[in-house]
Amino acid sequence: MTAAALEVQQLNRSFGALRVARDVNLTLERGARRALIGPNGAGKTTLVNLITGVLKPSAGNVLLGDEDITALSQAERARRGLARTFQINQLFRGLTVLENLAMTIGERDGNCNNMWRAAGAKRAVIDEALDHLDALKLTDDALRLVRELPYGRQRLVEIAIALAQKPRVLLLDEPAAGVPSSESHLILDVVAGLDPDIAILIIEHDMDVVFRFAKQITVLVQGAVFTEGTPGEIMNNPDVRAVYLGEEGGRRHG
Amino acid sequence: MAVTETVAAASARDQTRERAAEFLISRHRYGWPEALPWLIAIACYFVFPDRMTFGSQVLVMIMFALSLDLILGYAGIVTLGHAAFFGIGAYVVALGALRLGWSEPISGIVAAGLVAGLAGAVVGWFILRYRGLTLLMLTIAFAATLQESGNLRSDITGGYDGLPGLTFDPLLGYFDYDLYGHTNYLYALVVLAIVFYFVRRIVYSPFGQALTGIRENVRRMYAIGSPVHLRLVTVYAVSAAIAGVAGALFTQTNAYVTLTVFDFDYSAKVMVMLILGGTGRLYGAFIGAVVYLIMEDNLSKLSPTFWQFGIGLLLVLAVLFARRGLLGLLEDAPWRKRKKP
Repeated sequence: MTAAALEVQQLNRSFGALRVARDVNLTLERGARRALIGPNGAGKTTLVNLITGVLKPSAGNVLLGDEDITALSQAERARRGLARTFQINQLFRGLTVLENLAMTIGERDGNCNNMWRAAGAKRAVIDEALDHLDALKLTDDALRLVRELPYGRQRLVEIAIALAQKPRVLLLDEPAAGVPSSESHLILDVVAGLDPDIAILIIEHDMDVVFRFAKQITVLVQGAVFTEGTPGEIMNNPDVRAVYLGEEGGRRHG
Repeated sequence: MAVTETVAAASARDQTRERAAEFLISRHRYGWPEALPWLIAIACYFVFPDRMTFGSQVLVMIMFALSLDLILGYAGIVTLGHAAFFGIGAYVVALGALRLGWSEPISGIVAAGLVAGLAGAVVGWFILRYRGLTLLMLTIAFAATLQESGNLRSDITGGYDGLPGLTFDPLLGYFDYDLYGHTNYLYALVVLAIVFYFVRRIVYSPFGQALTGIRENVRRMYAIGSPVHLRLVTVYAVSAAIAGVAGALFTQTNAYVTLTVFDFDYSAKVMVMLILGGTGRLYGAFIGAVVYLIMEDNLSKLSPTFWQFGIGLLLVLAVLFARRGLLGLLEDAPWRKRKKP
């Protein structure tokens, strides 16, 4: 009766002869904290693209709640509460941080269909945008252009936009990628403190982060689910160590 | 002590929030400098009473450039076939007056806007699935197709010889057209003001913001759930309608039209004007059209063969030293205090 927040069933996709997703099954319960790990080229980002509708699967289904969204466009999926962040920032660089947020809220609520009212006329939208910025300590940067921000702050804007969509399911594609480790804890604190009702799938390479944040882990190898389990199970799985964690994992956790 | 600090921090935060909010709330309000182009336009009516025909042409081109700014400057749609919609508007009033006896001018430009807008919606629905060079080629192809179709049925359109001697009813049934184009100039100025008001509302609306978003990062727009194609088709239709109104005014103020209004040259010229003036800033269309047409007018008298060299040189200079156009240059001028948020 209570459907999972997100369910991926038997998902397949090929680029020519290369099968980048093979019979992938994945479930995110409500409020899930799941990490997706795997070596480079395992198809992690491709899976995110398949779930969000950037790519169309050649076979299989994606369910959001109890609705089959496989045939829906990327934008239709987003409007139903499926949000993502990008591995490489995709922001409105020439606009202010506040405008980035106000636009997201405007599209979410359908305000952007309005061609006549001034964009600043709805105080509630601006207040909500500022609330989201407050939550990520970005208020002081509200009027700066995104392209003028340091990369780490831009990563936070990326997350703020996804949160402003009020998602049920959030896919985080390496939220701390490209950020110096001295600043990455800021981002990871934010990720750790996200609304417990949102189901989250995080792609991350830093195993410390994965083991701290995730309650379940899915290991993807060559487009297929290699295994899944709790952090403890994954850590102690010798096969996973062999294909993925390798020496680094052995050194740190062995 | 600690409590006072917290209160102080909270009120500082509130101030920052208020300042940020004020920026969005007040951005669309009119500033005094915006009166300047309109005052100049009115002044020209009194200072150059014998140049009103030229003045009307400038106003028409400003409107045409403004329509292009809406899609190029705001939505980032690159087109070299916008003359198609200008031409449709021009021929709607010309054929209406000549073949159907529909010579009432104001209903004429409304009809021209509607037909061009409808054409924009239909064509846009098909071609706006593409971007970049493919889209550019499709816009050129559409304008060329219309022009050739018109040429094929030159018995109706008059072909490249045109349809001369068009007559229109007096404006509002009262103001007749004089030889010096005084009525035409004021008529074009009023229509431009109305069109500009519409465009300005659109640009500062949430819809206009979404267009800017599409220009800035279309991948992000999809990810936040924006119906990108619908937005692009909508603005393309609006822009086409405005180009159609400009075309209709062109025909009415000249009382003459030929198939050259569909020329590739025409599409390119309006884009050069806009880039010269500055894209995505509304008044760039004004500066660009004025500078271009005045240069064209004077240079072609100076040297009928080589006048385009001057325009070309100016364009090269603009691209090298004023990437955001002449208006962008003004914004950076040293006497203007740079706003610090």
